[in-house]
Amino acid sequence: MYPLYAELQWLPPAPADFPQRLKALGNGTGTLGLELRALALHALDLNQLTKLAKVIGRARREGNSLDPLTPFRLAVLSNSTIDLIVPALVSSAVRHGIALDVVQPSYDQVAHEALQPDSQVNSSNPDAVLFSLDYHALPLKLSLGDAAAASATVKGVTGYLQALRNGIKANSNAVCIFQTFAPPVETLFGSLDRALPGTPRSLIDAVNREIAEFVLDSGDVLLDVAGLAETVGLADWHNTQLWNLAKFSFSDELIPLYADHVARTVAAIRGKSRKVLILDLDNTVWGGVIGDDGLEGIVIAQGDARGEAHLAVQRHALDLRQRGILLAVSSKNTDEIAREPFEKHAEMLLKLEHIAVFQANWSDKATNIQAIAKELSLGLDAMVFLDDNPVERGLVRAMLPQVAVPELPDEPAYFARTLAAAGYFEAVTFAGEDLQRAGFYQDNARRASLQKTAGGLDAYLASLDMTITFQPFDATGRARIVQLINKSNQYNLTTRRYTDPQVTEAENDPAVFTLQVRLADIFGDNGMISVVICRPASAGIWDIDTWLMSCRVLGRNVEHMVLREILDHARAAGIRKLTGTYRPTDRNKLVVDHYARLGFTLVGEEESGLTQWELLVEGAEPAGVPMKVISLA
Amino acid sequence: MDEPQIYARLTDIFQDVFDEESIRLTPGLSAKDVEGWDSLTHIRLILTIEKAFKIKFSTSEIGKLEDVGDLVALIEARA
Repeated sequence: MYPLYAELQWLPPAPADFPQRLKALGNGTGTLGLELRALALHALDLNQLTKLAKVIGRARREGNSLDPLTPFRLAVLSNSTIDLIVPALVSSAVRHGIALDVVQPSYDQVAHEALQPDSQVNSSNPDAVLFSLDYHALPLKLSLGDAAAASATVKGVTGYLQALRNGIKANSNAVCIFQTFAPPVETLFGSLDRALPGTPRSLIDAVNREIAEFVLDSGDVLLDVAGLAETVGLADWHNTQLWNLAKFSFSDELIPLYADHVARTVAAIRGKSRKVLILDLDNTVWGGVIGDDGLEGIVIAQGDARGEAHLAVQRHALDLRQRGILLAVSSKNTDEIAREPFEKHAEMLLKLEHIAVFQANWSDKATNIQAIAKELSLGLDAMVFLDDNPVERGLVRAMLPQVAVPELPDEPAYFARTLAAAGYFEAVTFAGEDLQRAGFYQDNARRASLQKTAGGLDAYLASLDMTITFQPFDATGRARIVQLINKSNQYNLTTRRYTDPQVTEAENDPAVFTLQVRLADIFGDNGMISVVICRPASAGIWDIDTWLMSCRVLGRNVEHMVLREILDHARAAGIRKLTGTYRPTDRNKLVVDHYARLGFTLVGEEESGLTQWELLVEGAEPAGVPMKVISLA
Repeated sequence: MDEPQIYARLTDIFQDVFDEESIRLTPGLSAKDVEGWDSLTHIRLILTIEKAFKIKFSTSEIGKLEDVGDLVALIEARA
């Protein structure tokens, strides 16, 4: 088996003292959740994952906190044996910051569990349901060369899957995660199987295409198992002996890989995907050392094998930037020398304009990465650091465990593949705004420099020529709303995470007041930057369930304008009082005074730091900000 | 690889798979003697042994295994 995937080679190998460290968990003074995560961040095999899951299970039963891991309940419906997979799921989820609680109904009860309102799955109130099905579960009738019959078979299969989905939606409203199907290795005709309708391969191809389409339309989530199986090779994926012996739908050796893919998908649903790729330069972005070899000496040319390897890293970084991942540089170099290839080397694909933050100096890389995070107003857990040097990787892992640092092989030809294999940027949706995100943050840097020249803050704000647009939730904005609700950590009063169906529910409930806010300025459109949900409390009172804002519009007093809009609607609805809560997390200190600054009165305070606030609608007049307001019904 | 070596290697594997350091292997030891030795752990045990000794058992060989003695004989014939 190709080891990069089967052995999770982007992770450092399991420590030699793994059993001892496992035993020591929870005995020291450290935070159990963090210690578990540190262990899970190694390339663990199935036995190691199983043991780690045992420790997690014990901690749960004893009532020990798994903070700061995010709880998530996943029900797994399968036609195969998943008993060895479940512990691997639990441990792999910890690697991605999730405390996973798996609901596993009895073997092969898929339809019953999905369709019965009081089934184990539906009554367990899962956050998501994973349909871990393989082709053995499908009624695939051969209809060789008969296109009409083949299409009827495919319709039958997708109809079955949609019925399962509708059952889950009606009974527990969980997010549904669908897998594509890995086709069997064995062909009937050979190559013709791909072309001829009604062969197993072409039937499964068609089913997979249909699943991909309905997932995009329905807001469900896709786990591309067919793609994963293709990546490792179908012959390695399907172990027919194990299917016969114990109904394993794929090879035991690939359970750690599969589990990591489920875990990264769940983490993406919870908005834990990373947002920034920080690149080392020497021997990562180009071959050689710019400070020693000079502009002519570094290797990046097309036609040179080593140069092409580094160009592939650049191309992958640029492609990631296009889908919304920010790029930054951390290099031990003199600043001007490090910038020289970006400015002067004709073969460089990466240009300075692609780099949101450029840190070339002689400080240690951990300090530089912290500076990058600060400049972008993003957490360290949004960062990925790519460096060919194992010493630098080790230092950053030790100093900043929140930063993802992939192991890299010696051969630079595999750098880009290894980075991609790690799946740090897994996304379950793609909003059009993702395309522009890298630009947003860079415009911010320009806005900041304008601020330095524009004099007073008010003059600066006026000079931005802002237009703010308010609108209730709607289907068009939903993907971005869900994304903001699950990703925003800092400017977020309650950090309540909602799934797509839950947001849809709020959208359709006339008693719930919802607001999506967009902001444009002279530099361009910032897109959706704030989300508010108010729920009716007792008569005449709206409770502000959710209020969050993107940090890229921080310092523009947008929140004052949002409050004005809420008050307008509250008055129209006969509401006399707004109540709000600040729920502290380790990330949202930024908004501890949010309600105080907006003129709310403190009415309650708990030991946890949670505070409660209220504002009488009558007479409330928050300060205005110079911007054009558009309010759409 | 001779029998004592196989026993030593197998003991490590059993302790690892069952997560129990007190397990001592004897030829007569079988599933009923070890807590947690159910059909699924049996599969995990076989898979771990196959990997460690770099051998593959056939389906019928796996079906016939009764105790540790059988297992050792099988490994001896292969390794």
